[in-house]
Amino acid sequence: MIKVEYYLIISTLMFFIGIFGFITRKNMIAILISLELVLNAVEINFAAFNRYLYPHQLEGMFFTLFGIAITAAESAVALAIIINAYRSIGNININNMNKMKN
Amino acid sequence: MEYSLFILVAPFFLFLVLGLLGMKMKPKVAGIIGTIGMGLCAICAYTVAYQYFFQTGKVGEVWQQIIPLNFEWLRFTENLHIDLGILLDPISVMMLVVITTVSLMVHIYSLGYMHGETGFQRYYALLSLFSFSMLGLVVATNIFQMYIFWELVGVSSYSLIGFYYTKPSAVSASKKAFIVTRFADLGFLIGILILSYYTKTFDFGTLTANHAELVTTSLAGGTFMGLSLATWALTLIFMGGAGKSAMFPLHIWLPDAMEGPTPVSALIHAATMVVAGVFLVARLFPVYFFAAPDVLELIAYVGTFTALFAAVIAITQTDIKRVLAFSTISQIAYMMVALGVSDYGGHDGLGYMASMFHLFTHAFFKALLFLGAGSVIHAVHSNEMSQMGNLRKYMPITNITFAIACLAIAGIPPFSGFFSKDEILAAAFHNHPLIFWTLWAVAGLTAFYMWRLYYCIFWNTPKGDLAAEHSADSNSLQGVGGHHHTPHESPWTMAAPLIILAVFSVFSGLIPFADFISSDNRPFHAHIDWVVASLSIGVGVIGIAIATVLYLKKSDKPAEIAQSLGVFYKAALHKFYLDEVWMWVTQTVIFKYICMPIAWFDRHIIDAAMNGLAWTTQKSADSVKGLQSGQVQFYAWVFVAGSILIAVLVLFT
Repeated sequence: MIKVEYYLIISTLMFFIGIFGFITRKNMIAILISLELVLNAVEINFAAFNRYLYPHQLEGMFFTLFGIAITAAESAVALAIIINAYRSIGNININNMNKMKN
Repeated sequence: MEYSLFILVAPFFLFLVLGLLGMKMKPKVAGIIGTIGMGLCAICAYTVAYQYFFQTGKVGEVWQQIIPLNFEWLRFTENLHIDLGILLDPISVMMLVVITTVSLMVHIYSLGYMHGETGFQRYYALLSLFSFSMLGLVVATNIFQMYIFWELVGVSSYSLIGFYYTKPSAVSASKKAFIVTRFADLGFLIGILILSYYTKTFDFGTLTANHAELVTTSLAGGTFMGLSLATWALTLIFMGGAGKSAMFPLHIWLPDAMEGPTPVSALIHAATMVVAGVFLVARLFPVYFFAAPDVLELIAYVGTFTALFAAVIAITQTDIKRVLAFSTISQIAYMMVALGVSDYGGHDGLGYMASMFHLFTHAFFKALLFLGAGSVIHAVHSNEMSQMGNLRKYMPITNITFAIACLAIAGIPPFSGFFSKDEILAAAFHNHPLIFWTLWAVAGLTAFYMWRLYYCIFWNTPKGDLAAEHSADSNSLQGVGGHHHTPHESPWTMAAPLIILAVFSVFSGLIPFADFISSDNRPFHAHIDWVVASLSIGVGVIGIAIATVLYLKKSDKPAEIAQSLGVFYKAALHKFYLDEVWMWVTQTVIFKYICMPIAWFDRHIIDAAMNGLAWTTQKSADSVKGLQSGQVQFYAWVFVAGSILIAVLVLFT
């Protein structure tokens, strides 16, 4: 049986790669993808801990399923925002998305 | 007599209706509503007067103070409370008649005079407000109610003087009137506070009862800066009266107040509001007489000086309304003097009666003079005497009524002014020779300047030019220099009030006033003192005669006399530079040495503290506002770094 630490190493790596991408990428679609990485890292954690701590219960698994559904919805919304942003300012560079400041 | 409340409620209701709904009405409708309302009010006042004077007022040879209504409005302490109510006694009932009559005449007159003016409805609304406040003032049961209405009168006067609010001169005149009277009212208020602090009452009845015993006992012994408290309180109260009644040196607002529409001048600045000060002193007369006779003396001398001073200025003025304004100041000063020289009780209280009598007759003939002047101005479109002359053919009604009023004010029998002026002179005759002779001279001056005014308006034919005058009818412009069209008689709405007031001016002197009004409310018999009467008639006739010689025909004589008087004439023409003196006092003394340091303190200390606070806030905000870059990724970076920091802290401490 695979040790839980390996899952955690994978998910930690994914989480910080996601964070790094979220902070450094300028393309909004790339940022969205980074965000997906972060969320998936969390879902891996849910599944892994559920499997190792409470093997006869399914709450963690359900949470993972919920998480996937929510991620999908969030992606749809984010893409819609990106499309509208593109329509209004002509590009999808995150640095140009500072109109709300003023 | 509870229905006397209607006299107050009606004008107030009219004010609300015309003020709020006036713009939805046609001007004429608003005017007629106002006039009819005022008419009802006048009828009610006459009924009250009839009932008071002939049915219920006198109980066993003493005129009673009837209080049909009184309710407590504000209670401060056990004893001190402000009431609102109606007090009917001989002087307040007399004032009700005067005010409603003159106000009604002015309402009717204004239908013609103000025809086509913008703000016609506003004008009538304000007239109603003024009538309400003036009527409230005279029926006040206590000194504080009087003060409230006193200020209301000031406000409505302010808005009526500034009626033509697009004219800068009218606006500054209204401000001047308001500030000067308000300044005087400060004295009035302090006087009221001193008086009521010691006597624990505002009520006129309580204050004046038993020879003002309450005031004399409760203020006894107190002194301040060498003068007794009663003197201080009553001098300050008189200061309020002097402000409203335009006594020297607070008279400066009244000539400027002539910027208002002429009917307003007739109502407010001749017949009613300006006598409020006289009325105030008369109302508190027992208090003055028993508690502070020295203040009465002061009033007498201030009045005498004002009468002379204003009469001298009136001679030199060329604006007809200003002549009338100074004549008003002079005549009101007469009333003040009469109160000042009066004793208490019986025939000794002649001055008190004479003052009220003169107030009564003066209201009618001065209103008539102003309305007549308005009629002339309406025809000529100018206030300057030099633009007039020879108008008697064009305006017969105005001519005759104006002449009657001039005879009345000059004190020629049997016109009303003769009787009242004679009583005043008689009151001063025995005990105050200086005052008497000054007033006597003023009577001559009065006759002179009034007839100067009359001749300049209606006669003043160019010398030896009678032929041209006759042909003036056909080619219309000759001899009436400067008219753009032929002057014409005013419409009946303006002529009718003139005629009615002329009738009052002729006959109101025949009323046996001493039977109704006296200082101790007991009727006495006043008879004409023929020595005084002949002196006053004599000086009046001389005044008229000189005016006739100088002004009946156009000549250079007046100019020559003016020339020979030199500096004195110039000083009088410039109203003895009193305006300039006040200007100097306010601008140089008060502004420079009081206001400027205060302004400096405000700007450099108080404002500086506030500005410093704002500056600090702004600077600190400047230094941190760079953090709010609007860059989402920067926020995310800070958030992550913070989370990691917290995580590290939690894990390793």
